[in-house]
Amino acid sequence: MAVIAEPVAAHVKPRSLWSRAFESRNFLGAMFMVPAIAILILFLAYPLALGFWLGMTDTKIGGVGRYIGFQNFVSLSKDSVFWLSVFNTIFYTVFASIVKFAIGLYLALLLNERLPFKSMVRAIVLLPFVVPTVLSAIAFWWIYDSQFSIVSWVLIKAGLLSRYIDFLGDPWNARWSVVIANIWRGVPFVAITLLAGLQTISPSLYEAANLDGATNLQRFRHITLPMLSPIIAVVMTFSVLMTFTDFQLIYTITRGGPINATHLMATLSFQRAITGGNLGEGAAISNAMIPFLVAAILLSFFGLQRSRWQQGGRD
Amino acid sequence: MSSVQIRDVRKSFGNFEVLHGVSIPIEDGQFVVLVGPSGCGKSTLLRMLAGLENITSGTISIGDRVVNNVQPKERDIAMVFQNYALYPHMTVGENMGFSLKLRNASSDEISKRVKRAAEILALSPLLDRYPRQLSGGQRQRVAMGRAIVRDPQVFLFDEPLSNLDAKLRVAMRTEIKELHQRLKTTTVYVTHDQIEAMTMADKIVVMHDGIVEQMGTPLELYDKPENQFVAGFIGSPAMNFLKGHVRVNGVATFEGPNGVKLPLKSVPAGSDGKPVVYGVRPEHFTIADDGADAEIVVVEPTGSETQVFAKLGGEQVVAVFRERHQFNPGDKVRLKPDPSVVHLFDEATGKRM
Repeated sequence: MAVIAEPVAAHVKPRSLWSRAFESRNFLGAMFMVPAIAILILFLAYPLALGFWLGMTDTKIGGVGRYIGFQNFVSLSKDSVFWLSVFNTIFYTVFASIVKFAIGLYLALLLNERLPFKSMVRAIVLLPFVVPTVLSAIAFWWIYDSQFSIVSWVLIKAGLLSRYIDFLGDPWNARWSVVIANIWRGVPFVAITLLAGLQTISPSLYEAANLDGATNLQRFRHITLPMLSPIIAVVMTFSVLMTFTDFQLIYTITRGGPINATHLMATLSFQRAITGGNLGEGAAISNAMIPFLVAAILLSFFGLQRSRWQQGGRD
Repeated sequence: MSSVQIRDVRKSFGNFEVLHGVSIPIEDGQFVVLVGPSGCGKSTLLRMLAGLENITSGTISIGDRVVNNVQPKERDIAMVFQNYALYPHMTVGENMGFSLKLRNASSDEISKRVKRAAEILALSPLLDRYPRQLSGGQRQRVAMGRAIVRDPQVFLFDEPLSNLDAKLRVAMRTEIKELHQRLKTTTVYVTHDQIEAMTMADKIVVMHDGIVEQMGTPLELYDKPENQFVAGFIGSPAMNFLKGHVRVNGVATFEGPNGVKLPLKSVPAGSDGKPVVYGVRPEHFTIADDGADAEIVVVEPTGSETQVFAKLGGEQVVAVFRERHQFNPGDKVRLKPDPSVVHLFDEATGKRM
């Protein structure tokens, strides 16, 4: 006898809401996003919001603060140490960034040429980036030591100097000293990133320019620089942000001294909030960095916008 | 415009010699195509001519001047690269005028010459665009425009059409040839495509493994290939080769694999029994009652002609017919090569007999 096929639908049992939810793209998508969102809220959004809130209170360590509006900012605006730290931060950022860019670009151009032991030289260039910041800061601390400085020692032995340099005791010596330490630490990042950018430039462009009659300088000016400009914008944005918010180097080498001459906004914020116990005031100093950082980001955002030659058309 | 003399040029990378003494005379205004399979050294030779690679030994002269130690920019040559090498951050007009700008030409002069070149290449409406906004064919033309603007002694082309689709390639081929006929600038053109070489060249130089296999006009190379390599490289579909022996028994014949006998017109004296390679182009087969037995394997009609793959003496050969024969796989036919245009090569040396 022929078996009559049952209607297919009869086999399909009505499924539970649970199993149907797990087949829905939207529900699953939301589920997969939960861990990421939780981490972002817990470790990023919450501390940021807490920082904003603390800046509006007079919270001290161990005590519950009251909301005092913008009073922290008003008192900071009359605080000469705060304004000194703003000046120091801008000075530190501007000089360190410019020099890091110049040396980084020079090294990148050099490493992009055919060099003997190229990969070894590249590894050496990366070294300052690999060493933990605090370790290299301690090394600089010794280099800048008023009695044991190797720099002073060498200069005296060479007969160029009669007495030891007081690197960290004099305000301007100290400012330049920490700028130099920051440059030493930051150059590898700039150099390696720019080198990566240089390597994306097709060699045939240089050959074409060579045949077109360009000198080395003209090739740099008309090919390298315009082709590298998008990478330069990215790398300098990062460099400026990292320098502006620097903490470790300063805190290890000078702790902000002498007479607050090397206090950056980040170190001053830490000193007031944690060492001094005034969480509210410290948070307000941190919050005061935000306009500067936003300005730097906006600047690079407009700088980063793809130039006309990068847009449109097919590849 | 200038003549170019390449004399006994060698090139080594480290201990590895890639060019083994190449000599090529190029007359003023000639369109010379260097053709060969990849790795034969043709692009290296072109780059040496441009000054982008050093010359290990030998001399290259442009006009009366030996340029071995002359900087690329002072050689007065223009090159079109395979990937065009257009400056992506410059407009079409700026790309074309860049070399003039570097020479401090006045902006009037630059715009005049760019406009003239743009008219020749039909680029006038595109002068303000960036390379990214152009199609492959347009970019190709900009690369040529950049060369034309300079009005150089010699044009160099390094596989300029290999990034284009088949249809555009055919169109650009004609365009480049037309351009050369109009400007009459000495041109050296590198390609691996023998059809490009055949259609464009005044003179073809076939290169293989760092040596020149043969030089000549396209039809010389086609009709009288000096060796088996050139014979197999020039022509599409490629020439059929059958290994066998010459038999002289009153008339000369070729005895191929499995005893297949094919006609010969004449052979050099004393070649009876000599091992040879019998070369016959696909279009030189006819269907004739006195032909050799063959079995059809595959039939490929293209409309204008029909390519027939067949087993002849156990070897696969290809024949091309303009006539529309009705063949089916498995059919037995009699294929007869035209003895006046068959080629005989010495099996040991590959040289033409």
